[in-house]
Amino acid sequence: MSEKYHIKPVPTQGRFRHVGKYGSVDWREDCARCSNCVKPRCVFDTYRKEAAYNRDPQTSIVPLSECRACLSCVQGCTKGILAISINPEYLAMGDEYWKPDIMATTWNQADAGRVPVSGAGYRGRFHGFGFDSIWTDMSEIVRPTRDGIHGREYISTSVDIGPKPMRLSFSNDGKLLGEPSSLIDLPLPLILDVPAWQVGGQGLARVRLTTAAKLKTLAVARAADVTGAPAAEMPFLIPLVGGEGLGSIEKLLPQVRMVEFEDGAEVSALASQAKATNPKLVIAVRLPMQGAAAERILQLSQAGVKVFHLCADLHGCEVGVDKPRHIKDAMREIHGRLVKAGVRDTITLIVGGGIALPEHMAKAILCGADLVAVDTALLVALGCRVCRGVQDADHQEHCPAEAPKLESAYAVQRMVNLMAAWHSQLLEVLGAMGIREVRRLRGEVGRAIFKEDVEREAFGDLLSR
Amino acid sequence: MTFSLASSPVQPAAVPAQSVSADAEPDIVVSRQVRPAPDRYRNALGKYKINRSADCVACGECARLCPQGVHVKPDGYTFTLRPLDHLCIGPDCAKTDHFCVAKCKQKALSLMRNPSVDAMGDPRWTADLILSTWHMAATGHVPSAGLEYRHGESGGGFDRMDFNFPAAPTKVDPAKVDTTLALNRRNDGRPQVNIDLPVYGGGMSFGSVSIHTIVAKARAATAWNTFTCTGEGGYPDRLKPYDEHVITQVATGLFGVREDTIQRVRIVEFKYAQGAKPGLGGHLLGDKNTPAVARMREAIAGNALFSPFPFHSVYSVEDHKKHLDWIKEVNSRALVSVKVSTPTDVDMVAVGSYYAGAHIIHLDGSYGGTGAAPDIAKKNIAMPIEYAIAKVHKFLVAEGIRDSVTLIVSGGLRTADDVMKSVALGADGVVIGTADMVALGCVRCALCESGRGCPRGIASTDPELMMLMSLEWATQRLINMLNAWRERMVEVMVRLGVPSVKDLRGRSDLLTYARAEDAL
Repeated sequence: MSEKYHIKPVPTQGRFRHVGKYGSVDWREDCARCSNCVKPRCVFDTYRKEAAYNRDPQTSIVPLSECRACLSCVQGCTKGILAISINPEYLAMGDEYWKPDIMATTWNQADAGRVPVSGAGYRGRFHGFGFDSIWTDMSEIVRPTRDGIHGREYISTSVDIGPKPMRLSFSNDGKLLGEPSSLIDLPLPLILDVPAWQVGGQGLARVRLTTAAKLKTLAVARAADVTGAPAAEMPFLIPLVGGEGLGSIEKLLPQVRMVEFEDGAEVSALASQAKATNPKLVIAVRLPMQGAAAERILQLSQAGVKVFHLCADLHGCEVGVDKPRHIKDAMREIHGRLVKAGVRDTITLIVGGGIALPEHMAKAILCGADLVAVDTALLVALGCRVCRGVQDADHQEHCPAEAPKLESAYAVQRMVNLMAAWHSQLLEVLGAMGIREVRRLRGEVGRAIFKEDVEREAFGDLLSR
Repeated sequence: MTFSLASSPVQPAAVPAQSVSADAEPDIVVSRQVRPAPDRYRNALGKYKINRSADCVACGECARLCPQGVHVKPDGYTFTLRPLDHLCIGPDCAKTDHFCVAKCKQKALSLMRNPSVDAMGDPRWTADLILSTWHMAATGHVPSAGLEYRHGESGGGFDRMDFNFPAAPTKVDPAKVDTTLALNRRNDGRPQVNIDLPVYGGGMSFGSVSIHTIVAKARAATAWNTFTCTGEGGYPDRLKPYDEHVITQVATGLFGVREDTIQRVRIVEFKYAQGAKPGLGGHLLGDKNTPAVARMREAIAGNALFSPFPFHSVYSVEDHKKHLDWIKEVNSRALVSVKVSTPTDVDMVAVGSYYAGAHIIHLDGSYGGTGAAPDIAKKNIAMPIEYAIAKVHKFLVAEGIRDSVTLIVSGGLRTADDVMKSVALGADGVVIGTADMVALGCVRCALCESGRGCPRGIASTDPELMMLMSLEWATQRLINMLNAWRERMVEVMVRLGVPSVKDLRGRSDLLTYARAEDAL
């Protein structure tokens, strides 16, 4: 058994201030200045901590970053003049997919790499769009190993990227026919991808690469964005090549293990050229996420490309179709087509876009991906609120995450922490299912509970009325 | 001095006096009579706020007008007291002839939504549900207006389900509606256990909640001739007078489980999994493992205590049967309950448990739980209970064993309506946990696990915090809530024309479900 993969988180408090969900509304003119004030008695000492910050005198709701709305102060105030309400700044973050709660939990995980734990049951909607209409299975009596949990059992989160021939062929004199397969073994089922919009330029790509090296996974970046990166990090880079041809990465080819081409007419020719420079190179093609991508995958697969990176949009939806579906549906279709064509096991599918939470990673794999690409979530770890305002130069100064000015070590550690928390949570999901390795999770829809199916099965008689 | 309930006198519940069945003779008698148990904080929270400006001349007209008792001006007082705005029914009052804001000659009164309500609750437990549960716990009755006490706004499951009430009134007499439930259907010579409500309390261990919470649950269970469960923290001495209404839980960590604790009760529960963290073990943080907790659990104070998953001696249904046989051997009168979570094959799990000898199959759905659990597990692992009830009921019927086993469900049941919907889907009865906590004043801030524990003193063994709540008050709150629930259950059954809980079971034809499409 190989050494157990472990990501070591280091507490790294954000340079930005967490936008708290709650704030206080205080009718101070009625305050009696009594000696019984509830504020110093806050169990979490929220008010005292908050006093260290300057407040906007215009605001009607004073943000309380660490308040959790236990309302003890509201109910205890002698004059009843305190109220706790929702901080409007909190509600303004993100969009309909990247909800404020996702930002908050991501920041907490990037702080210390811990699995978010809370009491009092589930608090969200019954089901929702995309991944939120899937539940994962559990087993009553099976754990992956009987060593107990909490660090002692071994669950593998490794995946392979690369061509996977189904059998080896040998000549009559026992020599291997064809090229030996060169697989890249990643210890966790994710790679770090370029953000869906332009952020920060070179600095961020370098941070992503260093993070990938620390995590022993891979980072996608354009060659120009990582110039000057140490040679030791090069094996963890996936240079992204567009229509410009191999010119920009020619020097890198001997150093990297994998290269990704944006799909186009020239892609097969480019792949052959790259392979000629470095025969062990794993070639991937980057495609927009569409159900129809299955055809293209089959076509390219016959031409020898075996790794595909499907890019959904920021919300995990198909790109360039009239009625975009979520990864959940599109991925299942693509996976199913490849299974039917009898080639699924020879191909590696990476899916990205809209992977916002660790359960999205597990669920995308359940729907048929081998691994996922994480992009926006990494920015959120640095304090991004998905405002996407940095597209125009004027807005850059207001980027709350100060993405263009980040100090590398800090940013790397925040990303590492987030991935440590995701890794631990993936182990929780796999452990509960009794699955020993994430490879076995791929396309295992029998171990997922899809809302449509379970609703039909359980409430069919109610729905028919 | 508190006036919060002065103008809404609470009538004793119109339910039978506590009936102690022959097989249940509690050592202590607890009355199930409803008594006022107002909010224990200085300012009770309501959905609305009434502000009185300095223009008020204390004429007292508002106090004379308001039937809810929001305005109080005791005899001999010069000024009207600060409005008890938690009793206000809000804008609906504007349609009446006693709307204080309109009637105030000085225009000194104004009505607004309480900003704190926005910070309360979530789609599953809305602010309305929390506030209405508090109202029920305070008064023993459902709120008359202004609060939605029947369902939440989660957009699925119970919240999209409704009763198919017949248009014409039914002939069912409310006084004769039967809410009792017999728990032993196996005909195996073990004693019958009847409970007066199809509801009992879920396991919450000593350590995760305070001793006041535990004992109050046991006292309320005694009053209503039903049960509470020890959870996995051992059997505190203070529960011993309530033995007849306590379920001993045997869980994977076996903390505090002794022959004595199995022998003293009428039901023993085997916990395989729990809805909040299906497939994962339990974890009591070191902070909460105080010397008292450690003594009870026979552990060392300050150390985190892990309850592993699963039972390391169970690999099959046969092993499972071995465990149940062990319990039955140790206690010859006990019924055995098996608590499992809701995997895809929950129906097979239920059948397996029946053949292993369980009297009660307890399904714990994924959205429930009172203690701390990883967020990823609460949201994503295992199916919500609504689906599991229907699946398992249909499967047990098809297997021909439905009437030989009691199906109890839990995991996210918040209201009496949820109980009735569960029964109509096919459950015999339910287990509640969070609703009890809310009745005791929980606002679901979700901080059960951190630091000193619950800031409201419910799920905390911190000596200072746990004294925020007295045992007498807590007991009465739970008794009152159950009374309100029973009243609502009776109302639903009368309107449906079903005379008993037994007759309602599996009547999914009395439900409608409005499917929701998910769009971004």
